[in-house]
Amino acid sequence: MANVSEPVHAGAAPGADHGHDHAHPSFLQHHFDTPAQQFNASKLGMWVFIVTEILMFGGLFCAYAIWRALDPDVFDQAHHFLDKIMGASNTIVLLFSSLTAALAVRSAQLGKKNQTSAYLIVTILCACAFLVIKFFEYRHKIELGLLPGHCFGHPWFSGSIQKGETIGTCLRVHADQAPGNPTWLKAIDQSGHVQLLPPRANMFFGLYFVMTGLHGLHVIIGMSVLAWVLVKNIRGQFSPEYFTPVDLGALYWHLVDLVWIYLFPLLYLVGKPE
Amino acid sequence: MAAVDIPIAGGHADDAHGDPHANYLTAKRGIGSWLVTLDHKRIGLMYLAAVSIAFFAGGVFALLLRLELFSRGRTIVDAETYNRFFTLHGAIMVFLFIIPSIPAALGNFFLPIMIGAKDVAFPRLNLFSYYIYLAGATIALTSIVMGAVDTGWTFYTPYSVQTANSVISMTFGAFVLGFSSILTGLNFIVTVHTMRAPGITWGRMPLFVWGMYATALIQVLATPVLAITLLLLICERFFGIGFFDPKLGGDPVLFQHFFWFYSHPAVYIMIVPGMAINSELIATFSRRAIFGQFAIAMSSLGLAILGFLVWGHHLFVAGMSEFATMLFSALTFLVAIPSGVKVFNWTATIYKGSIVWASPMLYAMAFIFLFTIGGLTGLFLGTLSVDVHLTDTYFVVAHFHYVMMGGTVIAFLGGLLYWWPKMTGKMHDEFKAKIGFVFVFIGFNVTFMSQFIMGSRGMPRRYYDYLPQFEPFHKASTIGSWILAVGLFITAYTLLEALWKGRKAPRNPWGSAGYEWMTDTPPCLANFHETPILTRGPYDYHLATPEELATGWDEIEAEEKAAKTAEKKG
Ligand code: HEM
Ligand SMILES: [Cu+2]
Repeated sequence: MANVSEPVHAGAAPGADHGHDHAHPSFLQHHFDTPAQQFNASKLGMWVFIVTEILMFGGLFCAYAIWRALDPDVFDQAHHFLDKIMGASNTIVLLFSSLTAALAVRSAQLGKKNQTSAYLIVTILCACAFLVIKFFEYRHKIELGLLPGHCFGHPWFSGSIQKGETIGTCLRVHADQAPGNPTWLKAIDQSGHVQLLPPRANMFFGLYFVMTGLHGLHVIIGMSVLAWVLVKNIRGQFSPEYFTPVDLGALYWHLVDLVWIYLFPLLYLVGKPE
Repeated sequence: MAAVDIPIAGGHADDAHGDPHANYLTAKRGIGSWLVTLDHKRIGLMYLAAVSIAFFAGGVFALLLRLELFSRGRTIVDAETYNRFFTLHGAIMVFLFIIPSIPAALGNFFLPIMIGAKDVAFPRLNLFSYYIYLAGATIALTSIVMGAVDTGWTFYTPYSVQTANSVISMTFGAFVLGFSSILTGLNFIVTVHTMRAPGITWGRMPLFVWGMYATALIQVLATPVLAITLLLLICERFFGIGFFDPKLGGDPVLFQHFFWFYSHPAVYIMIVPGMAINSELIATFSRRAIFGQFAIAMSSLGLAILGFLVWGHHLFVAGMSEFATMLFSALTFLVAIPSGVKVFNWTATIYKGSIVWASPMLYAMAFIFLFTIGGLTGLFLGTLSVDVHLTDTYFVVAHFHYVMMGGTVIAFLGGLLYWWPKMTGKMHDEFKAKIGFVFVFIGFNVTFMSQFIMGSRGMPRRYYDYLPQFEPFHKASTIGSWILAVGLFITAYTLLEALWKGRKAPRNPWGSAGYEWMTDTPPCLANFHETPILTRGPYDYHLATPEELATGWDEIEAEEKAAKTAEKKG
């Protein structure tokens, strides 16, 4: 990154007439002087974009830190409802896909077109696998009735739900005084224990769905970007001189991976030592 | 240079973009050529048109608000409509006008020229950000037909979750507008880092570019937090997640923290570009190297950094620990340092300069005066014990209008008048511009000085009605708003009139040493006929050659004379 802070124009011949005099490779856009300048600009642009993504997730991590600090017991109790096996499998899937994304960049650098395609396809397939696993996880949570708004007595959704009524496999056990007030939930967690969840557990599941949901959206965006790169690669638009989209697509994919690396322990493994 | 030796495949990249030496306004014609243009100058003008419309719309709501407050009780609308009016006024002015105004319009046009580049780093992204802006504006404004938001532009929970109005479309619109702002900032950061012409070192970079760069950093670092905040608010309304609802274990004050973590830095997205323009105006019209160029550049970065540490001053009475309020108060005072650095350096530049009282210079002087008032009253508000009395009164309203309108809008108008000849090739009528200035200046002060007084006497903000003792101040404020409106109309007319009646503008009508005046008026498609190689700074009047400083009015006059005699003969 150090080189980008130097004026890259220094490489241009003084008095160069917009590069009209010298040869322009087809991939070089008209407002850049050299391919190196174009590459540096693109790369810096992607890094800055990644910074914005991190800050956006940063807001959620900050909210997480606050609620966790306020309610460590509830987080411990609620996290038993997440499936650690599925979460761990997804972590492995994503880590592996990051490896194949990096290998795709490597083979693009070496000009091995078919190999690049193969690695990109594996990466995209891993992304699909991630989403499928996530789908089963979500379905299970929803069946249990752990969708935050639905289950925890928000007036929008549960005005009609009475004390003692079942939602999914949950039992609403404790409707205090006024109708529309949040209720406690009795449900069976992943290890088969019956748990009594307080209304504040809503916050944990709210964070779970918002954070993994936003991350899932990024998985879909990342997949689309990689698919677009794949199409370009199959059309033969890359060479060892020009492979910027492969590089940047992979960079973005690493970000998607990295966010999950933090989400997994914070949501699935957050329990207190027994 | 090895990279240039790559064999050429395919046609010449420039072909698709027209002759780089042609005037950018006439190189291609027709609306279609504007809608798909990748030229940063044209995109800048399209932004200018869009934000001007937003400013007009926001202004109409402002006049309606003031009219309603002209007398006690009901004047023209009922209380609920009044709430919607001030929300729309605030949201339009903040999200649709002032945040994109200077960076996206003037910055887009001049940043690449001032660093000797042919365009911004990502022209396509630039156009894309414009369409995102239009989409966001449309989404935000559909909230009007869906029953208009009445929460104020700050969307505080729990009211924004409970009110039955179209909060979602307004906040989603602001969310989308945020992306447009992020993309502009990203483009500027990369452009400044990678596209500078030979000789434009960081030290020689014009202060306008420095200001845009500092602004871009804030846009990129703060806006994502607004995005997530608004997203959470939307989730809250849609799914009832409960983050901001105490009944579900949430906390409404958390929303305020999130909101101001973006929105205080955002006030520097608004003011730093105004300061950036002001540095250019002061240097040009004092005909002197700007005093403390390095200090001014660094103070922009200082504001960008400090801006992230003071959001808590909006929550002094919202329920924070005493320790936190003290810390935020102390940090707020620190902001005065970089602001002061700028004001003192501008003043030192004017001192013993050969001042030219052109219309942009009048705006520059007004900026220093009005921003100083706005900034100093900010310190009153940053003082804990004083703020308890002043918070949520008209004092706060007057404070932020002195910085936003008296600062940013005044600088924007000054910058428009200053660069209008370069952008359009036409010179406006200076006399009319100055008349417009007098109305704007007087009208502004009448409108908002009276608000300082009634605010300090306890008139709460966002109120529909008021006690009899505030009546004279409200009347004065409303009358001031009319004078202000007249001034703005005169200025708008002056600028538009120049388009069809203005004299042809020479290359450097103000005789400035700045880089942007070294190229054609209006600039050619590629900005410069040859990549410029700079050997002096943009304010080095002692190093600039007489040709560089020549205004070119002599030639224009000779041309006009020749045209007249030809007319007589013919
Ligand atoms: C020079 C340093 C500044 C200081 C020390 C300062 C301080 C403050 C403080 C303490 C408040 C909170 C008042 C309250 O609600 O009780 C405030 C409000 C505000 N300030 Fe400033 N400010 C400064 C500059 C600016 C600038 C440059 C802008 C915009 C361009 C700005 C825009 C605002 C706005 C919009 C609000 C009110 C927001 C609302 O509640 O709707 N301020 N300022
Ligand atoms: Cu603030």
